[in-house]
Amino acid sequence: MSNGQDTKSFFLDDEEIPFEEGQTIIQAALTAGKYIPHLCYHPEFKPHGSCKLCTVRIDSRTITTEDGQTVKIPGRAAASCTTPAQAEQHVESNTPELLDLRRTLVQMLLVEGNHFCPSCEKSGKCMLQGLAYDLGVMSPHFPQYFSKREVDATHPDVLLDFNRCILCELCVRASAEVDKKNVFSLSGRGNTKHLICNSESGKLGDTNLAATDKAANVCPVGVILHKRHGFEVPYGQRRFDTAPISDNPVQYAPVKEQV
Amino acid sequence: MNASTSAPKRKLKVATTSLAGCFGCHMSFLDIDERILDLIELIEFDRSPLTDIKHCSTDCDIGIIEGGVCNAENVHVLHEFRKNCKILIAIGACSINGGLPAQRNSLDIRDILAAVYAQPGRGVHIPNDPEIPLLLNEVHPLHEVVKIDYFLPGCPPSGDAIWKFLTDLLAGRTPSLGHGLIHFD
Ligand code: SF4
Ligand code: SF4
Ligand code: FES
Repeated sequence: MSNGQDTKSFFLDDEEIPFEEGQTIIQAALTAGKYIPHLCYHPEFKPHGSCKLCTVRIDSRTITTEDGQTVKIPGRAAASCTTPAQAEQHVESNTPELLDLRRTLVQMLLVEGNHFCPSCEKSGKCMLQGLAYDLGVMSPHFPQYFSKREVDATHPDVLLDFNRCILCELCVRASAEVDKKNVFSLSGRGNTKHLICNSESGKLGDTNLAATDKAANVCPVGVILHKRHGFEVPYGQRRFDTAPISDNPVQYAPVKEQV
Repeated sequence: MNASTSAPKRKLKVATTSLAGCFGCHMSFLDIDERILDLIELIEFDRSPLTDIKHCSTDCDIGIIEGGVCNAENVHVLHEFRKNCKILIAIGACSINGGLPAQRNSLDIRDILAAVYAQPGRGVHIPNDPEIPLLLNEVHPLHEVVKIDYFLPGCPPSGDAIWKFLTDLLAGRTPSLGHGLIHFD
């Protein structure tokens, strides 16, 4: 079933997807133009595997019982951003069960933080909101936490609104791996886990973050914001006003390094 | 709707109200423009700011509620709606997660009142007339107080979103908005 000798392939929702050795399921899928929802995956960073939005089922089986009924045995659930693609694997992503699960995860993120989209500068280009739209999240379902979180406006160019942090660690990874500055870390465990700035005062203004740093430009939601640039694009013309997040999946595919 | 029957159907009774909201959702409702003439073939308004009827009839079919719950009166009105409407719809961001009024939830209510009414030079008079509904410590989404059957997000949802939602519902379909109509802002 593989196309050629060195191209291997697997099946995603019954469609054949070619992949290169070492690619994860999500990388191969996005490269082939198939969208798998994700939040903590980013094409330029090592996978983190924490949000579980990209969960797929691998190798479900259908069996026939003694009394002639066909029963589906669900395959194992795995984060497609950390699971390497394997030849002949059967991967399910776009199923009612997985869409329900993703919807629930998004709802949990929305009630855990304080997400008041109408007053958020990221609205219209926020990945969490865009995913919620795509999944048809009409309600938070769960009771709101109304957690008490701070805003840090000490930096001259960059504002932090911790109310909206989803703990994806993209800023942590960007600052450590790309900027080599280690401006951000996560601290605490479980319910008390939160993002901190690595300065003596704990304030962003006392770090060496620059507005041009990767870390200042990678947040998928409305935490790390550039001062004096709020609400620049009018309603109706923002990124996810014009196209849903799942549109054109190759925009999230890893950039191929030329060999 | 079932188009084959010519016998006039009973119109559905619809009640609407705004709790801790800004009436923006009601204004957006009016943005369905002339389609309200089609709508009025299918529904009649009961208690609503549009009719000025003060209390719900006991046999309302649909209650549409804008705004969250921020004071004791909101709680009473919400219970009246739940008791008298078969289906309750939470419309708009505030009804769904408290919205902008809920941004006060991280602050102490005494501090807020003091900051507004007891500033130096402005006297110390926190309003306490019994006519004024008592503020709750926190603003709550509707579904934390009563069961809500459907949610229509947006701040406000557009006239088109409201139209799509209501026509789906009146036709017996699960309302579904799709890209462009589903909005949290
Ligand atoms: S971060 Fe996204 S989901 Fe949260 S308030 Fe801002 S736009 Fe809404
Ligand atoms: S600030 Fe943004 S990038 Fe950093 S962990 Fe929070 S959500 Fe992720
Ligand atoms: S995108 Fe895979 S776990 Fe977050």
